[in-house]
Amino acid sequence: MANYFWMIPFFPALSVVLFLLFGRLMSKKYVSFQACFSVLLSFVFSLFAFIHLLSLPSSSLPLVKKLFTWILSGNFQANFSLQLDPLSSVMTLVVTGVGFLIHVYSVGYMAEDRSYTRYFTQLNLFTFAMLILVMASNIVLMFVGWEGVGLCSYLLIGFWFEKHSAANAGKKAFIVNRIGDAAFLLGIFLIFSHLGSGEFTVINQALSQHQLALPLATLIAILLFVGATGKSAQIPLYVWLPDAMEGPTPVSALIHAATMVTAGVYMVARLNHLYSFTPSAAQIVAIVGAITAVFAGTIALTQNDIKRVLAYSTISQIGYMFMGCGVGAYAAGMFHLVTHAFFKSLLFLAAGSVMHALSGELNMQKMGGLKKYLPQTYPTFLIGAIAISGIPFFSGFFSKDAILTSAYAQGNYLVWTLGIFGAVLTAFYMFRLIFLTFHGPERMDEEVKKHIHESPPVMTIPLVILAILSIVGGYIGLPAVVGKEANWFFKFLTPVISHHEEVHLSLSTEWLLILASTVVALTGIFIAYVLYLKKPSLPHQMVARFPRAYRLLVNKYYVDEAYNYIFVQPTIKGSELVYQHFDLKVIDGAVNGTATSAGFSGKIISYLHTGLIKDYALAILLGAIILLGYLLL
Amino acid sequence: MIPINLIFIFGLVLFSIGLIAFFVKRDLITMFMAVELMLNAANLIFIGFAQAFASLEGQIIVFFVITVAAAEAAIGLAIVMLIFRQKKTVKTEDLNLMKG
Repeated sequence: MANYFWMIPFFPALSVVLFLLFGRLMSKKYVSFQACFSVLLSFVFSLFAFIHLLSLPSSSLPLVKKLFTWILSGNFQANFSLQLDPLSSVMTLVVTGVGFLIHVYSVGYMAEDRSYTRYFTQLNLFTFAMLILVMASNIVLMFVGWEGVGLCSYLLIGFWFEKHSAANAGKKAFIVNRIGDAAFLLGIFLIFSHLGSGEFTVINQALSQHQLALPLATLIAILLFVGATGKSAQIPLYVWLPDAMEGPTPVSALIHAATMVTAGVYMVARLNHLYSFTPSAAQIVAIVGAITAVFAGTIALTQNDIKRVLAYSTISQIGYMFMGCGVGAYAAGMFHLVTHAFFKSLLFLAAGSVMHALSGELNMQKMGGLKKYLPQTYPTFLIGAIAISGIPFFSGFFSKDAILTSAYAQGNYLVWTLGIFGAVLTAFYMFRLIFLTFHGPERMDEEVKKHIHESPPVMTIPLVILAILSIVGGYIGLPAVVGKEANWFFKFLTPVISHHEEVHLSLSTEWLLILASTVVALTGIFIAYVLYLKKPSLPHQMVARFPRAYRLLVNKYYVDEAYNYIFVQPTIKGSELVYQHFDLKVIDGAVNGTATSAGFSGKIISYLHTGLIKDYALAILLGAIILLGYLLL
Repeated sequence: MIPINLIFIFGLVLFSIGLIAFFVKRDLITMFMAVELMLNAANLIFIGFAQAFASLEGQIIVFFVITVAAAEAAIGLAIVMLIFRQKKTVKTEDLNLMKG
């Protein structure tokens, strides 16, 4: 059965085809069943593939299944081929596993929606595209998945397209992603023009034999990373992700937290040979990740929209993953990707449950005291928050610690410091969210308050499963202090990540680092506790004290405004100018001119038509005479 | 044997009469007759040359022309009749619907 690993992406694809053909005839119940079952099948196949992979010697990796030759033109060949190795196996498990839970949750969350079938069609299509992305054995096919998930992201952000803001958010996500994708595509072109193949095995081999010059490899690495900043919402292309929260909450959980936005991290990990080969590009990755982690964390401090806090938190956490990849700890970055998929989709789904209870309320200032109303949502949300904050024995702690330890071990103290600072921010804004939402006085509108209800089991059961995963997910990658071979996850990924840098730190240093990250997490929680539970007047005093800093953060550093002013407005104005002067005058003028001149010449020539038979006969006679004269002379 | 020159001149005269009649006359029926005259002038010349060169092709072509002329006369007369029913006239200057 494991040899059928190539079938993993095609169950959701088949489901999409069936929806497109017969969707109108299907009952809601059947739609839910088919959508969830197709992803479940993929998950089962992924699981079998994974078990099969465990028994294989690393020399036989990766397993490649070529389905057909996709493009063949001269020297250029791209296959539609899928591969299975530890990296893609981890990703398929996350995508289908978390994806399945979110599909199930969606059944409850979207139950009242008019476009139920359209929703699940797009969600299945997304799963298919994401699986193609992670299983592609060459970078061209990967790009197909890369664009496919971008398309589904656009469709699902704008799912409620009657809402103007949702349609705009979808457009924004699409356009910002295109900017990154343009650079990504240039990177692919460079790889192709110099190596003649996009197969990852060929790229790795070429790098190990130094077939690529260092400056060229650096350029490729940077171009690909620019693509990753678009997809994974890093500085400077992160602006679309907060707006993407206009989409349905399960979509935010699946696409904009657990899977699609981490595609950039996966790409860097997949091309780890390239980034290990080009230290300066890797350094850029690490720095951008670290700065994003802190930058997005500070914005999250002051946001009042529950989903936007989580969105900025996602940007910040992906920053951590890039930080890990940038310092050479690809396995640690992937580890954080996995644990983040668990706890961030948990947080989003729990936030969705809160919104569900409060008739769609998003503003945390209008929540509070929900603890007693939502007995299942609250503990799961709390577990997610503890996991992301990095409290020991929860999954986020292990993965974040692995990244920070690697950064420290590499001597990258700047990145490490930023990471530690980001950890304080993370703990603070997550517990600010918890305290504002679930504790303290109830600030809901009376009308909303009457209708508060816990979500149905179809929504809470996925929450519970994800909560369990958020706790135990970290134990696949125990830190070195537990034992030398304790980190099963790193060992599992070793065949794919050849340049895995061994961390050489003494045990006492490791303990100190663990202590440091624990202390900062607790500090963040304590500050949130003081500010939002103990002395709720303090935040207002601080706002009054530092009005400028507060305004800067509330307005998200004015980045949207700056982009609008520097890029969007000039583009719109320029297009308007071109439209007015070139389109209307030159192009339309040329087209209309053709029609006018044809009409005009027709009018002139039509005077020859007198309608009298004699004139025509005369013309025939003259023609005959001329012809005769020509033949005779 | 009639010499080819005479036949040729006779044909030419007939053709010219037809041509002139076509341009001078103003009603469709007469113009139609002029066309028939021109066709038969051509037939005559074909026959003359066929006789002079002792070849059959000229005579075969004449049969074709006669057939076509018969068909043409049938359709042409029908058209003229229909025009007359519609317009109550067969004068060419009154028929200028195709004026551009």
